Parts: sequence; C-alpha cells; structure tokens
Amino acid sequence: MARSSAPGFLVSFLVLIAGLLLAFTVGRYPVNLSDLFAVISAKLTGHTPNVPAAVENVIWQVRGPRIVAAILVGAALAVAGAAFQGLFRNPLVSPDILGASSGAALGAVLGIFVSLGVFAIQALAFAGGLLAVATVYAVGSAVRARDPVLVLVLAGVVIGALLGAGVGLIKYLADPYNQLPAMTFWLLGSLAATGPSDLIPLFGPVVLGTLTLFALRWRMNVTSLPDEEARALGASTGPLRIAIVAAATLVTSASVATAGIIGWVGLVVPHIARTLVGPDFGRLIPAAALIGGGFLPLIDTLARTAAAVEIPLGILTALVGTPFFIWLLASMSKTWSVE
Amino acid sequence: MILSGHNLTIGYRDRVVGNHLDISLKAGEVLALLGPNGGGKTTLLKTLLGLLPPKGGEVRLGDRPLASYTLRERARRIAYVPQSHGATFAFMVETFVLMGRTAHGTLFSRPSTADPAIAARMLERFGIAHLADRPYTKISGGERQLALLARALAQEPKFVVLDEPTASLDFGNQGRVMREIRALGASGHGVLFTTHDPNHAMRAADRAFLLRQGVHMADGEVRTVLNRAQLEALYGAKLAVFQDRESGEDAFLPR
Repeated sequence: MARSSAPGFLVSFLVLIAGLLLAFTVGRYPVNLSDLFAVISAKLTGHTPNVPAAVENVIWQVRGPRIVAAILVGAALAVAGAAFQGLFRNPLVSPDILGASSGAALGAVLGIFVSLGVFAIQALAFAGGLLAVATVYAVGSAVRARDPVLVLVLAGVVIGALLGAGVGLIKYLADPYNQLPAMTFWLLGSLAATGPSDLIPLFGPVVLGTLTLFALRWRMNVTSLPDEEARALGASTGPLRIAIVAAATLVTSASVATAGIIGWVGLVVPHIARTLVGPDFGRLIPAAALIGGGFLPLIDTLARTAAAVEIPLGILTALVGTPFFIWLLASMSKTWSVE
Repeated sequence: MILSGHNLTIGYRDRVVGNHLDISLKAGEVLALLGPNGGGKTTLLKTLLGLLPPKGGEVRLGDRPLASYTLRERARRIAYVPQSHGATFAFMVETFVLMGRTAHGTLFSRPSTADPAIAARMLERFGIAHLADRPYTKISGGERQLALLARALAQEPKFVVLDEPTASLDFGNQGRVMREIRALGASGHGVLFTTHDPNHAMRAADRAFLLRQGVHMADGEVRTVLNRAQLEALYGAKLAVFQDRESGEDAFLPR
C-alpha cells in the first residue's frame, strides 16, 4: 500500500502507553514506576511482589478496573465517532448524532428517578440508547427522500431534542436533595464508581461492535463516497448503513451506560487518528481505538487528581477538547476538505 | 452486449422528466447525450445506470432487465463516472482507484492481492501513476477526472457512463478526456456521456442522442445529427458554424 502508516501507529501506541502509565502511577496514593512493573511482572510470573500490599491493592482493586473501563470507553467512543463521521460523510459528526446519548440519558435519569439500583440504571441507559437510535432510524427510513443520510441526521436532531425535553422534565420533578445531584453527576460523565463487575457488560458490546466495524472497514471506505457513487461501485448502501449504525450504537450505548455522557472524545480523537494514519478505515479504526484508549485514562487521571473533589469527565473533555478542536480546524484542515 | 432503454418514462417520485424514450448503446460504441439544461440528460443517465428506477418502460442489459441484476453484478458491467467533485475524506489516489474493485470482492473482504495490480495498471493507463500516494483532495480537477476514469475501469466494466466528463476542465484537459473516451470505445467499451458542447460530441462520439425537455429529438451518427438546424432547434439559440481548414470538420459556437 501507499505511504507507510508505521509512524502514525507508533504515535498511537505511545499515546496508549503514556495514558496507561500515568493513570496507574499518579493519584492520591502515588505508585512509582518500578513498583508498578514489579507488581505486573509478579502477576505474570505468579510470584509474590516485593512491594507493600497497599500498592498491590491500589493497582489491581482501585485503579485497575477504572483504567480498563476508561480504555474501553475511550476506544469505543473514538471508533464510533470515526464510523459515524464516515457514514455521514461529515467530519463534524460525533457518536451521539443519532440520539444514542440522549436516549441513554433519559434511561438513566428515569432509573435514578424511580430509585433503581446501579446495575438497573445502567441497563436502562443501555436500552435507552439503542431504542433512541432505532426510533431515529425508523423515522428516517419512513421519510423517503433523495438524500437518506440527511434525513437520518435531521431525525436524530429532532428526536434528540425530544429526549432532552424528557430528561429536563424528570430533572424538574426529581427530589432536589437526593436524586438531582445523582442525575447531574451521571449526565456529566464519571468513572468514579466503576468496579470490576462493570467491566463485563462494557467489554462484550464494545469488542463485538468494534470488531464488526473493523470487519466492514473496506465497505466503510466506499460508503463514505456519495450515495450514488457507492451504489454504482456495487456497495448496497442501505443494509450496510444499518450494520454500521447498529455496531456504532452498540459501543456508544455500552460506554454511555457505564460512564455517563462524555462528549468530545468521539469527535476529536477520530480527527487525530486521521491526521496520523489517513482516512482509510482499515487503519483509522485501530488508530482511533488506540488513541481513544489512551486519551480517556489520561483525562480520568486528571479528573481524580486535579482538585480535592472529582471533576466530572464531561467537563474536562470539553475543557481539553474545545481548544484542541479549534487548533485542529485551523491547522489540520488538509486531511479533509469540503469543496 | 447491449445496454438499452425501451419506451422509458423517466423522473423522480413526484415528477416526470421525460417520456417515450428509446435509447441503445452497443459495446465498442461511443454515444453522446446532448440537450439544454433541465432537459433530462442526467435523469436518463441515472435511469440507464440503474440508480433511478424508470417510472415506465424497461432498461435492459444484454438479454435481461437491468433490475434483475444485483448491485454487484451491475457494477461489474457498468461503471459510472460522476462529475468531478471534492471529497470529504482525503483518500490516497491509489485507495480511491482501488475502490473500483469493490464489486469483485465480498462484504467483508479487503481488496485481494490481485486488485492493487489492477489499480496500478489503470493509474498507469491514464498517466497518473505518480499521483498514487497523493490525497485525492490535493490533486487538480483534470487529475481527479482521470482518477475517476481509472476507478471506473478498475471495475472492469463493459459499459462506462460519464456525467459531463469535460465540465470544469481547462482546454488541454478537455482534449485529454475526449481522447480517453475515444480510446475506451476503441478498446471495446460501450461509452455514454453527457455534454454541453456539441463539439465534444463531434470529436469523441460515434452517435449523438438529442434530448429536449424530456423528449427525444433526434439520434444517429454525429455528422448527420449535429448540424446547424438541428442544434439551433435543440438549444433555441442561433449558432455560428466554422470549418477547420486542415480537417474540414465543422465546429459550432453559440452566437
């Protein structure tokens, strides 16, 4: 193939490694690098590490699950963002374009409102995301138009607004002392409460959706061309669109259900990945997964350590994402252009 | 093999654009589709490509209705060269041309090892091999048209259908694209293209099909169909006719 993508992938890997090392070592209980390596190599070889038990505990019980969740959520949002940007032929699209986040938000605040348990709230958020996108897709398909993709986006905007109104209503009705703070905290995104039991419902959908998208990588290249061209090249765009939307929604809903609403990752990371390895989905999907998987542990470390209280992730990603995106717009517009 | 439309009614969901159209294109033949703006050229083109279902009549490819072919089968027989356009994502020219191989693979397959060789041959054929690893968004309009042609031929089609292939190209590139169209016909492809310039039809096509407000006006060999009276009626405008001293060929200019 043309131009080597090795340097781009190297940078992507470094981002992931840097994110991991920082997330494991930095925190209220600092762990130095040699202790970290001692604990990990001991685990691999089956020995008992020569470090305090507290260090081991911090690595495996406290930070471990949270970091794994951050990797999965970051990778999922980045991959879903890349997929949706290709599908909608628009680099400004983010994974919640079809209402996955607003559906999940409504599910979650509803769960909090009727005082369900943590797991039920997550399940409700997951189902809400899937249901919202299915509704958007059904509405978009029912309206037969020359440009099905545009109709889909507009249906997403409209239904997203309706779901937002639903979230607003429940917040208005919620108990302002017990429920409202929980809702607000959830809506701003956080991994603070993540434990080992959260990893399985997250891992399955994220891996399944990501692998599906990766398997469709060549077709996704073709679908990012104008609809008629893609069809003239022999790609049946309708069924393919359903498959891409389903896979991307699966990973988005699973991550929103675990971590709440975290914006910007799905918008900014695909851009970085595209500048590093180009727009070919065969490279873009793995690169986006690596960078997203390194970026979110980094942000989450900041969320844990920057202030005396935990800062919600959504606020930090916006703080980091906005200036970064403006810089991208100004300097990197060469990787995509709408003429 | 013949691509043909029989008693076609063409148009969109709520709008009929043309009626009673019979058109046919043989392999090895170049057919130019001429007519004023809004006369139904592009609609007819898309109907023949199978991108737009006919509202009446039938499009046939070989001995079967075009509608009975799957998208993949169709893409291996008919290639579409859209008007040169900007792209959202900066695919390498090589990747872009490789997309022409899509119909030769399955849903989950990447292009096979043979496919890049075919793409490379097409880049070579159109003299743009040096652009292989340049982004499609960063090459000139003329180069994009050649890349689109290379992608179309990578489909290994029998028919190539081009929508205004010379629009927005400079003089030199217009000539280049017309020569390539001639060469396609000579290599046994059936070629259909729309154009706003009767001179291009004159130079590049064997036959011309004149379409005015959705109604077939004339078709036949370019030298008999494209004359002053016919073209003045087609465009509703006065023309001047010039003759090249060396070749004796006619050229038309609107007055």
